[in-house]
Amino acid sequence: MSWSIPSVNLLSVGPHLIVCVTGLLVLSLGFLSRKPLGRLLPYLSLAGVLLAFLAVMGLWGRNEPGFGRMVVLDSFALFFQAVVLLTAAVTVLISMDYLVQEGADHYEYYVLMLFATFGMMMMASAQELIMIFLGLETMSISIYVLAGWRKEHPKGHEGALKYLLLGAFSSAFLLYGIALVYGATGSTHLKDVAEFLAGRGSSGRTSLLLLGMGMLVVGFGFKVASVPFHMWTPDVYEGAPSPITGYMAAGVKAAAFAAFLRVFFYSLESLQADYSMALWVLAVATMSLGNVVAIAQENIKRMLAYSSIAHAGYILVGMVAGGEAASASILYYVLAYALMNMGAFAVVVLYGNKGEENVLIEDYKGLGTRYPVLGAAMALFMFSLAGLPPTAGFMGKFYVFSAAVAKGYVWLVVIAVLNSLVSVYYYFRVTIKIYMQPAEREIQPVCFGAPAVVAVLLMAAGTLWVGAFPNSYLELARQALPRLF
Amino acid sequence: MDHAFPVLSFIIFFPLVGALALVFTGKDQHRALRSIALVVTVVDFLASLVLYRDFQTNTAAFQFLERAEWIPSLGITYSLGIDGISLYLVLLTTLLTAISVLACWTDIQVKVKEFLVCLLFLETGMIGVFCALDLFLFYVFWEVMLIPMYLLIGIWGTPTMRRVFGREMPARVYSAIKFVIFTMVGSLLMLVAILVLYFQYHSATGVYTFDLLKYYELNLPTHLQSWLFLAFFLAFAIKVPMWPFHTWLPDAHTEAPTVGSVLLAAVLLKMGTYGFLRYSMPLFPNASMAAMGWISVLALIGIIYGAWVAMVQKDVKRLVAFSSVSHLGFVMLGMFAFTIQGVEGSILQMINHGLSTGALFLVVGMIYERRHTRLIAEYGGMAKVMPTYATFFMIFTLSSIGLPGLNGFVGEFLVLLGTFLVNKPFAVVAATGVIFAAVYMLWMYQRVFFGQVTNPKNLGLADLNLREVAVLLPLVVCIGWIGVYPKPFLQRMEPSVAHLLEKVRAKSSVVVQLEQGKAQGQFAWFAGQDPLQSR
Repeated sequence: MSWSIPSVNLLSVGPHLIVCVTGLLVLSLGFLSRKPLGRLLPYLSLAGVLLAFLAVMGLWGRNEPGFGRMVVLDSFALFFQAVVLLTAAVTVLISMDYLVQEGADHYEYYVLMLFATFGMMMMASAQELIMIFLGLETMSISIYVLAGWRKEHPKGHEGALKYLLLGAFSSAFLLYGIALVYGATGSTHLKDVAEFLAGRGSSGRTSLLLLGMGMLVVGFGFKVASVPFHMWTPDVYEGAPSPITGYMAAGVKAAAFAAFLRVFFYSLESLQADYSMALWVLAVATMSLGNVVAIAQENIKRMLAYSSIAHAGYILVGMVAGGEAASASILYYVLAYALMNMGAFAVVVLYGNKGEENVLIEDYKGLGTRYPVLGAAMALFMFSLAGLPPTAGFMGKFYVFSAAVAKGYVWLVVIAVLNSLVSVYYYFRVTIKIYMQPAEREIQPVCFGAPAVVAVLLMAAGTLWVGAFPNSYLELARQALPRLF
Repeated sequence: MDHAFPVLSFIIFFPLVGALALVFTGKDQHRALRSIALVVTVVDFLASLVLYRDFQTNTAAFQFLERAEWIPSLGITYSLGIDGISLYLVLLTTLLTAISVLACWTDIQVKVKEFLVCLLFLETGMIGVFCALDLFLFYVFWEVMLIPMYLLIGIWGTPTMRRVFGREMPARVYSAIKFVIFTMVGSLLMLVAILVLYFQYHSATGVYTFDLLKYYELNLPTHLQSWLFLAFFLAFAIKVPMWPFHTWLPDAHTEAPTVGSVLLAAVLLKMGTYGFLRYSMPLFPNASMAAMGWISVLALIGIIYGAWVAMVQKDVKRLVAFSSVSHLGFVMLGMFAFTIQGVEGSILQMINHGLSTGALFLVVGMIYERRHTRLIAEYGGMAKVMPTYATFFMIFTLSSIGLPGLNGFVGEFLVLLGTFLVNKPFAVVAATGVIFAAVYMLWMYQRVFFGQVTNPKNLGLADLNLREVAVLLPLVVCIGWIGVYPKPFLQRMEPSVAHLLEKVRAKSSVVVQLEQGKAQGQFAWFAGQDPLQSR
């Protein structure tokens, strides 16, 4: 047996490297320097993220395996990396003034964010179950810390601890699932698993493998906040600083779905008949519980938490359907969700004011009169989340549902549209507060920092643009697929 | 006939351009804002007259066609066109929007800019619905106009409170959200049906498209037709609204600002009836013919029920709202008679209802602006105080109850004639609706206008001013014109209606023959399986 050093191919981790190096740079500069330079660190982080984004655009269409097939930089990975980087950039923008306002402006925040981004990007490009696990842990550990960033806030502690404990538990499930899949197929490499299963036909479908697959569903289900693995979501979303909540809802979910898709649609494709039934149940439960419970929420962050559960349910509808159109629809949906959700959280951050004093839905009364542009932006994001045309949210739903109907899941889609009907109620409730009810107390002046305003406007424009002219984005989502299959 | 200039696109999107202009106008310059909106809507109306002028009366084909790729990867096109069925609905929309802007001149005093922006957005959505020839585009317009209407009711509605589930909330907010949720129940299921059609067409032809004209060629098996028909039926029946889906309507009408009620009654309700003609009947001919019986019964219940409930209303606006339920029952009855007279009468009745009920809401709004009450009991003897007002009110009342010589008569007569040809008892029952209409409208008129002035608050009320007369006069002209000389209207409709009915008959018999195995050819089955039973 001969050993050789596997080919490294740094290009395959190019965007990751940029983010990682920026993280290290911010860490060392923050450690070494004093105040004046410290003000520049957020901009340095932003520059790193944007540079990585440019790298992603430059590498679009390439297929670069590297590190002995451990990672691959294909269009699928690049698409998700672009989404993750987009959310990261917006999170940095809305965090700057927020952190100063909250008196929690420490450079470690940006370092952790960049490392979390790195982990997410790794999950999108991993070709190995072990690599997926490493990426997931890198992301999760950073997020655990960020979730508890508001030190003097008891809810922050509660959420962070809950997230850590349950997260560790779910990671164990994932890891055990990986072990079982390894036991059943003799490999942790996604391609080898797929080839093993293809070679064996139906005899490869052992109970060991099915058990392992079930555990993987649990592990990923936790990260995407699917019912019944969603219990942590509302508490963590409420306790975390608002920018991080948005980042968790859009970024973590995108990365988890990237890995989820790659493993299930690529490696375990031959088991589609087995898992689509389980995912059907998960999808229905996730949509229904998320939407129904969201109605009762008084806190806008908790409402958006349940709404993010519901949106995971819609994406699961696409996963049930399977196939190329469904995968493309999920990619588009993830992009649309990132735009509208980050936009909504940007408004939550801006309007939240010092100490997050305006986080109840009731607090939004009179916003439309006091700050018309901010109110209009929030209304737009709510309409988009509810799935009204001509916004990105509508196109995403339309695309996912059409993929499911194409596969004959008509009744599943009927359940899904009835669910979005339920969601109309609570999203519209926010617009009722914004426009139709006068403020009961005087709205404290909101401090409009330029970065956060830019974020809101960008996301609003993006939500409209991607929704009204979706063609090129649908094409991008489609292009991202062929190499996956 | 093809125009070099995209007239339809211009009519649809010019209000949107106007809305953009309003956004960049100062929010306190009310006069400028209103003038811009008025100019935009009047220009839009004048542009729509070009449609009337250049419309070819001798063809059933769609005219003023426009077509461009929108989302080619899904086969979605931006395609527009009108025929004799939609022509008048477009004209009605542009006319009433222009009138609405003039009508809300003094009525709306808060958030004027936002109000006008909503109004112009609404116009874009409404005209789009009537012009779209692509199911996706149609759905987008159908949903888009929900938002401005929701805001119009919810923000500028009346200030009364209402107890809902044990909590006090403004009644306008309740009505607005009820309107949205009712509409969306239907439209979301319609979306699923559209998707099923889309894949049905693909498995039949291998082409992905949402093009309505191509869907017209599809032969669907009756079992699938009935399901899809039901989904579309729900969407349209809620919008019409047919009994028993009408409960959102009285609430929405009562709480909406005057202009909101006008457009709701005149245009939005017509989207439902128009949907039946444009989509349900030609796409699902067998299911439509099979549904004739029970839809007619629902329509009859609507006619009688709407009239009876209108009779006992204390609030004038609510009375007019329930009269809408009754009138729209006539429209549905005529349409589902599947006779030329019935369908033509039903289209004409759509226009008539738009004109007369729109006008009634306007006049009710004018008195509300003066007295801030709409209760019949608060008035009496108004003919002495406001003679001009009483005259206009009388004309619209008579138009609404179908006095010969005014527009309502022509429509109702054709509907009853068309129904009589296929089902005599139905026509007889429907005719009693005309009598009830006379009862509730005239009784209301008597209580409000005749006798002595009983309430001293009404003594000093000013009669209509010039602007208000200008608002009402165009409607009076239209009402008289259709009543005396409906030929130009019917002439433009006739080829389209005849073609529609012929197509429905021909297609349904082809489907029957296919199912009995007597004809060559195949159904458009979904990859060889029934989509509703596969999973």
